[in-house]
Amino acid sequence: MTTTTLAPTTEGTASATAASATATATATVQLAVGGDWLDVCPLSVLIPGRGVAALLPDGRQAAVFRDRAGRLYAVDNTDPFTGASVLSRGLFGSDQGRPFVASPLLKQRFDLETGRCLDEDGVAVAAFEVRAA
Amino acid sequence: MATDTALPALVLVGHGMVGQRFLEAAAERGLTESHRVVVLCEEPRPAYDRVRLTSYFSGTTPEELSMTDPEFIEKHGIELHVGDPAVAVDRETRTVRARSGLTLTYDTLVLATGSYPFVPPVPGKDATGCFVYRTIDDLYAIEEYAKNNASVGAVVGGGLLGLEAAGALQGLGLATHIVEFAPRLMPVQVDEGGGAALLKTITDMGLAVHTGVGTQEIVTTDGSASGAVRAMKLSDGAELATDLVVFSAGVRPRDQLGRDMGLRVGERGGIAVDERCRTSDPAVFAIGECALASDGRVYGLVAPGYEMAQTAAAAIAEDDAADGFTGADLSTKLKLLGVDVASFGDAHGTTEGCLDVVYSDSRSGTYKKLVIGGAGELLGGVLVGDAEAYGTLRALTGSVPPLAPEQLVLPAGAGAPAQLGPDALPGDAVVCSCHNVTKDAICEHTSLPEVKKCTKAGTGCGSCVKVIEQLLPKSGDGGLCGCFALTRQELYEIVRVKRITSFGRLLDGHGRETARGGEGCEVCKPTVGSVIASLAPSIGADGYVLDGEQAALQDTNDHFLANLQKNGSYSVVPRVPGGEITPEKLIVIGEVARDFGLYTKITGGQRIDLFGARVDQLPLIWARLVDAGFESGHAYGKALRTVKSCVGQTWCRYGVQDSVRMAIDLELRYRGLRAPHKLKSAVSGCARECAEAQSKDFGVIATAQGWNLYVGGNGGMTPRHADLLAQDLSDAELVRLIDRFLMFYIRTADRLERTAAWLERIEGGLDHVRDVVVHDSLGICDELEALMREHVAHYSDEWAETINDPERLARFVSFVNAPDIPDPTVRFAPERDQIKPAPPEPSESPLIELEGLSVR
Ligand code: SRM
Ligand SMILES: Cc1cc2nc3c(=O)[nH]c(=O)nc-3n(C[C@H](O)[C@H](O)[C@H](O)COP(=O)(O)OP(=O)(O)OC[C@H]3O[C@@H](n4cnc5c(N)ncnc54)[C@H](O)[C@@H]3O)c2cc1C
Ligand code: SF4
Ligand code: FES
Repeated sequence: MTTTTLAPTTEGTASATAASATATATATVQLAVGGDWLDVCPLSVLIPGRGVAALLPDGRQAAVFRDRAGRLYAVDNTDPFTGASVLSRGLFGSDQGRPFVASPLLKQRFDLETGRCLDEDGVAVAAFEVRAA
Repeated sequence: MATDTALPALVLVGHGMVGQRFLEAAAERGLTESHRVVVLCEEPRPAYDRVRLTSYFSGTTPEELSMTDPEFIEKHGIELHVGDPAVAVDRETRTVRARSGLTLTYDTLVLATGSYPFVPPVPGKDATGCFVYRTIDDLYAIEEYAKNNASVGAVVGGGLLGLEAAGALQGLGLATHIVEFAPRLMPVQVDEGGGAALLKTITDMGLAVHTGVGTQEIVTTDGSASGAVRAMKLSDGAELATDLVVFSAGVRPRDQLGRDMGLRVGERGGIAVDERCRTSDPAVFAIGECALASDGRVYGLVAPGYEMAQTAAAAIAEDDAADGFTGADLSTKLKLLGVDVASFGDAHGTTEGCLDVVYSDSRSGTYKKLVIGGAGELLGGVLVGDAEAYGTLRALTGSVPPLAPEQLVLPAGAGAPAQLGPDALPGDAVVCSCHNVTKDAICEHTSLPEVKKCTKAGTGCGSCVKVIEQLLPKSGDGGLCGCFALTRQELYEIVRVKRITSFGRLLDGHGRETARGGEGCEVCKPTVGSVIASLAPSIGADGYVLDGEQAALQDTNDHFLANLQKNGSYSVVPRVPGGEITPEKLIVIGEVARDFGLYTKITGGQRIDLFGARVDQLPLIWARLVDAGFESGHAYGKALRTVKSCVGQTWCRYGVQDSVRMAIDLELRYRGLRAPHKLKSAVSGCARECAEAQSKDFGVIATAQGWNLYVGGNGGMTPRHADLLAQDLSDAELVRLIDRFLMFYIRTADRLERTAAWLERIEGGLDHVRDVVVHDSLGICDELEALMREHVAHYSDEWAETINDPERLARFVSFVNAPDIPDPTVRFAPERDQIKPAPPEPSESPLIELEGLSVR
C-alpha cells in the first residue's frame, strides 16, 4: 500500500455548477510565482470550499482554495500564529461576501483576497495570484 | 514621557485593583503626560485581580491574575516601586517616605491602600496555622500549610469571602467547617429564607456549618499562643478539632496612614472624602476600600472603587463636568463552584413601601426573592440555588420589568411563560456592574473579545458575560451564525424532513438573505456536516463523511480522519472497545509505532494514542492497523469516543454484572455515531464505580437486578455528575433507552453542547427527558429507535473505506503538486526516548528536491 500519487477525481459535487467564468473542468490551476505560472493541479481536484497545499520552487508553501462559484484564491500556507504549515486544512467560508480561511489550529481567520488576519490587527499572510488555464 | 522632574508629581500609594484602575483613568485623561507619576506598591507583585483570587486553587496562575501590563506602565512613564510601602507622609513638606528610605515629593497624593482582614481578638489568634484570605501570598501560605500539616480546616466567618475560602479549603482536601456568628450564612447579602436555602446547598456539598456561634479561643497543641492550632473553642462551649483556621470575619479600611497624617477619618474607620474623592486635605485623594464615601459608607466591592478611581482622575484633571461619586450598588454573586447565590440592589427590602415576591423550594435548595417598589419597579433581590437570571435582573433594577414579578421567579416548567431575555433591558441598563457598562455600550460591538477589549465589560467578576453573549448580534436572533438565522435544532428538522443532503442547498434555501450564495462559515459548515452525518442513512446521504461536498464541511480533524497537532502532524487513535485488547493487537500497535517513529501514550480513555504522523503517512499506518483488525476510534470526530469499562464480575470479587461485555457491546453499537458534541460512556460492574460512569454522557452501573442508567455526566472544565435516568434495566431495556436518549439529544441539542449542558438547558430538564424517552410523552420513541437502527445497520469503518479507495487516498498528500515530497516543516525533537514536536524554524531554508515541480 504505497499508492499516494495524484489521480484526478471526477467532478462529484452538487454545488459546483462550475458556472466558473474562468475555465472548464479540464483546466489547470496555476499560481503566479517569480514572474512565472506554476502548475498546481487540475481544477477538478479542488473541492469547492476545501483547500490543498502546493510547494513552491523556493520552498515556501501556498494554500489554494476554490469557492462555490469557481473563483480561486491562494495565500501562504504557514499559519503566522503557530508557525505550522496548515492553512490549507482550515475551514473556508465567507463573511459579507468576502472569502476567508480559519486556521485549523487556533481558529484565526484570514481574508483570502488580501491575506489580512480578520481577528488580529497587523497580522497577515502573503496572498498569491492564481488562475485556471 | 513624564519622568521630567520639573513636572508636578502625582504619587499613588497602593497598587491594588483600584490603584491600577486609577492609573488607567489617569492615562486616559493625559495625567501621565502632564505629571510625573510614581506608585508605591506594598505587595511583592503589581496589581492583580483580587476578585478572582480563589481561582488560584482551580489552576489560575498568579501571572494570569495579573492586571498590570508592563507595556502600559512603561508606555506611560509610570515609576512603579514594587514591594515598597509608604510608611509616613508629611503634609507640611508634601513628602512621602517609603520603607526603603525612598522619599518622594508630591503635588497630588492618592491613597488606594484597600482593606485589611479583621481578625477578632480571641486568644490564640496568632497561633501557627492561623491565616487570613486577602493576597496571593496568603493563598501560598494556606496551600503550603494545608498540604503538610492539616486534614481539617475551619473558616471563621460565613460571609461571601468566608464561603469562598471554605470552598478553597475543601478543594485542598480538608474536611471543612464554617463558623458564623450570625444566625445564617451570608447575613449581609441574603435574608432568612435565602440563608436556609444556602445552608442546604452548602451542607450538601459536604461542608459543616455552625451558625449562631462565635469563636472564643484558638487552642494550640502546646498551649502556647504561638503553638500549632489543634482546636477551636466555640461560644456554646463546644470544642471543634481543627488543624488550620482562616479568619474571614470582615475587612476594615487601611486608613492608618491617613490617620497618622491627620486626615479626617470616619468614626468606624475609612478616610473621609467628598463627592470628588478629596480628603480633608485638598491635595490628597482617597479611593477604593480605604475611603469613606460622601454617602457615609465604606464600599467593600470593586465596582464602586473603580468609579472612585475615575472620579478622582477626573478631579485631578480638573474636569468639573465629570460625575462625582455619591454611592453605588452592592450587587454580588458568589463565585464558589457549584453554588448559585446572588444578591443585588435593595436585597433586604429597606425601601419604604416596598413589597416582596418570594419563591422558595427547600427540597431543591432554591430561593428567589424580588423586592418591588410602590410603582412596580424592581428594587433588588436575592437568588439562591438558581441565579440564572442574575445578570438580567440586576440590569433591570430601577425599572419596571416587562413581566409580572412572580413570573420572573418561577422556575421553568412551573408556569413561567418565558424566560426574560436581555432583549427586554432598556438601553441604559448597566449590564456589567464591575465596569459600569450599559447595554447600549455593549451593543456597539459584535463579539465578546471586542467588548472586553473596548469596554472592559466582562473582565471583572465575569458574572455578566452570559448576558453580554446574549446581547451580541450573532445570538441576537438565536440563529446559529451569520449565515443562518435558524438554530441547530431547526436545521436538523429541516434536513430530516426535507431530506437535504447538501450544504449548498440548505444555505441557498434556508440561510439568511445576505449569506445565500456564499460559502458558509466556520460555525455552520461543521454543524451542518455533523447533522447530515447523524442522519445520513435516513435521508439518503453518503455515510462516508469525506465524499463529495460533505468533505468541505468537516473540521480539519475529520477531513483527515485524525487529530491535528501543533506542528501540523497528526495523531492516530485506533478503537479499543471497552478498553479490552489482546496481546497480539498490543504488539501490532507497538510495531506500527516503532516502524513509523510515533510517540505513544495511554490516553485517559482506555486506549492508545500514536502521535507525530504526517498526512502522507496516515494511509500507510492505517493499512497496517486495519489489517490487524483495528478500526477508527473517531478521536477526531464529534462522535462516540470511548465506552470505558471496569473489569467487572468476570474477575473482580465485587462485580455483579459483566461490565466489560456490556461496554464492548455499547461501543460497537454506537461507534461512528456523529453528534452535536463528542459522546463518552462507561460501564461499571458494581456501585464502587471504578469506570467512573457517572462522569459520562451516558454511564451504566451494574446492580444485582440489572443496570442503572445515568445521563448527562461530564468531566472537562465544568464537571457534572450524571443523573439517574432509570434503574434495574435488563440488557435489552438498557440498549433501547440509550438508543432513544442519544437520538433525542442529537435532535435537540445546540452545536457543541455536551449532554450535560443540554440537560441543564432543555426546558423541564431531566424530568422532561425522562418523560420523552421513558414514557414516550411525545410519541417519537419509535422514530428515535428507527433512526438508531439505521445508524447501526449502515455503520462501516471510515479508515477501511479510505484505504481501499485510491480516489479517497489521493487527498492524503502534503502537497498537491508534489505528492511524493513530505512536508519538510513538520519537525520533531527527542524527549524521554520518544519524539515531540519541534518548533518551526522559518530561517532555515528547507532541503528538498524540487525537480518534480513544473513551471511554465
Ligand atoms: C488524548 C487525550 C489525553 C490523554 O493523553 O489521555 C485527550 C486529548 C484531547 N482532548 Fe480530551 N483527551 C483525552 C481524554 C479526555 C477525558 C477523559 C475521559 O474521556 O475519560 C476528558 C474528560 C471527560 C469528558 O470529556 O467529559 C477530556 C476532556 C476534554 C475536553 C473538555 C470537554 C468538556 O465537555 O468540557 C476537550 C475540549 C472539547 O472537546 O471541546 C478535550 C479535547 C481534547 C483534544 C481533542 C484537544 C484538541 O482539540 O487538540 C485533544 C486531542 C487528542 C489528540 O490529538 O489525539 N478533552 N479528554 C485523551 C483521549 C481519550 C481517548 O482515548 O479518546
Ligand atoms: C477573595 C476575595 C474575593 C472577592 N470577591 C469580590 C467580588 O466578587 N466582587 C467584588 O466586587 N469584590 C470582591 N472582593 C473585594 C475586592 O477585591 C476589593 O473591593 C478590591 O480589591 C478593592 O480594591 P482596592 O484597590 O481598594 O484595594 P486592594 O485591592 O486591597 O489594594 C490595596 C493595595 O494597597 C496596598 N497597600 C496598603 N497600604 C499600603 C502602603 N502604605 N503603601 C503601599 N501600598 C499599600 C496593599 O498591599 C494592596 O496591594 C473580593 C476580595 C477578596 C479578598
Ligand atoms: S466497579 Fe465494582 S466490579 Fe468494577 S472493578 Fe470496581 S469494584 Fe470491581
Ligand atoms: S459584572 Fe463583573 S465583570 Fe461584568
